[in-house]
Amino acid sequence: MIEIINLHKKFGKLTVLDGLDLKIKKGGIFAILGPNGSGKTTLIKCLLGMVIPDRGDILLEGKSVLHAAAYRNNINYLPQIANFPSNLTVTELINMVKNLRPKPADEKPLVELFGLRPFLKKKLGNLSGGTKQKVNLLLTFMFDSDLIILDEPTTGLDPIALIHLKETIQQEKEKGKTILITTHIMSFVDEMADEIVFLLDGKIYFKGSVQQLKEQTHESNLEYAIAHLISKQDA
Amino acid sequence: MLKILKYSIYDLLRSRWSYIYFIFYLILGFVLLFLNTDIDKAIITLLNIIIVLTPLIGTIFGVMYYYNSREFTELLLAQPIKRKNIFLGQYIGVSLSLSLSLLIGLGIPFVLYGLFKSASIFDFVLLIVVGTFLNFIFVALAYNIALRTENKIKGFGFAILMWLMFAVIYDGVFMISLFIFNEYPLDKFALIATMFNPIDLSRILILLKLDISALLGYTGAVFQKFFGTSFGLLISLSVLTLWVLLPVWSIMHISGKKDF
Repeated sequence: MIEIINLHKKFGKLTVLDGLDLKIKKGGIFAILGPNGSGKTTLIKCLLGMVIPDRGDILLEGKSVLHAAAYRNNINYLPQIANFPSNLTVTELINMVKNLRPKPADEKPLVELFGLRPFLKKKLGNLSGGTKQKVNLLLTFMFDSDLIILDEPTTGLDPIALIHLKETIQQEKEKGKTILITTHIMSFVDEMADEIVFLLDGKIYFKGSVQQLKEQTHESNLEYAIAHLISKQDA
Repeated sequence: MLKILKYSIYDLLRSRWSYIYFIFYLILGFVLLFLNTDIDKAIITLLNIIIVLTPLIGTIFGVMYYYNSREFTELLLAQPIKRKNIFLGQYIGVSLSLSLSLLIGLGIPFVLYGLFKSASIFDFVLLIVVGTFLNFIFVALAYNIALRTENKIKGFGFAILMWLMFAVIYDGVFMISLFIFNEYPLDKFALIATMFNPIDLSRILILLKLDISALLGYTGAVFQKFFGTSFGLLISLSVLTLWVLLPVWSIMHISGKKDF
């Protein structure tokens, strides 16, 4: 479904993506892991057309996404940092995003699920970090799209919201969606991910299931297995 | 693009800066009419103010809006909207709302003063047209600077420098060069040099129309001699249009390649 071919990206002198090749099939939860600065967010932003790669191509359902715009209608994206225009209220923001996308949206169940009703009339600038992240999640999940990209979805969430998030992700998976997640919380990966994509130095260092990773590194704990992958590179 | 334009204007209408700008022009209009008691004279005084001030406000507003709406822009970039439509929509939104403040702010006092019954109505319209041109030009230039500069403070600095260059330094250098090379025929040089400064160009445009040769200055006189009044108007209006189109093209070009 997603095919990334020989992707290169440099920011000044810093090489972030260095000939990355990746194929992701339709359906399932894919965790994109890697140490800080390994290019996870850059990869995602390339997929969304926010960062323009120096070389290489990205195919979605066989069609190149570079310099295109309409394909984003079929992607739900949760940005890493919930930066919203601070002088809008939550309701205004929801309506605006709905207005900008030519597809139906249903935000009501999510408003209830994340307990956002009391905040609907409040300005976004006055919300706490966790509440902003809930609004962020709501904007992401209110559309019905085949591809869902979550960049650090757990940031700032309380345990109850986290449980609701996990349920929501599972429900989407059961509908046959493809879900890409980046996170540093290994228990979250262990619990949710069908497959792990491990990025290091701008390349795919490992791709496979959680079980395969544990077997390959001879570690029974995912956190140690990942640490093992990172440290092996340094040695 | 129309949706983005709508949201940008909506966003700006809620910001108090648009109102401050509007009220400033309102007061300026009333005060000038009160002091001059003559619409023609008020228009000339206004000309000198508008020609320096609209570029400054356009520059500051353009840069400020770009940096303030960065979050909004990032939100938009993840939506199925073409990049150039996002930036074009924002740019037109800022320029249009500034021009509206100018038109309404100055329009109210002048209309109350009997603009429609006076012969100066065309001069006033030309003044507003030039002000609108300057808004569109300087917001576009400011957007170009902001798009190229990640750092807010640097961006503001460059933008103000750009304004200072067109409003003050350019004229200074121009005068000095005329003074130093006064033994050479400088007509053509002066003519071309004027084209490269939208503020100078606007000044000449209005003075040509008002037909006040005493205020035309060197470049204005050369302009009038060279092109005559009506052709001169046409030339300066087309060059001003170019001054809008080129930076707008550049906005689309830069934004198409930028990483967010």
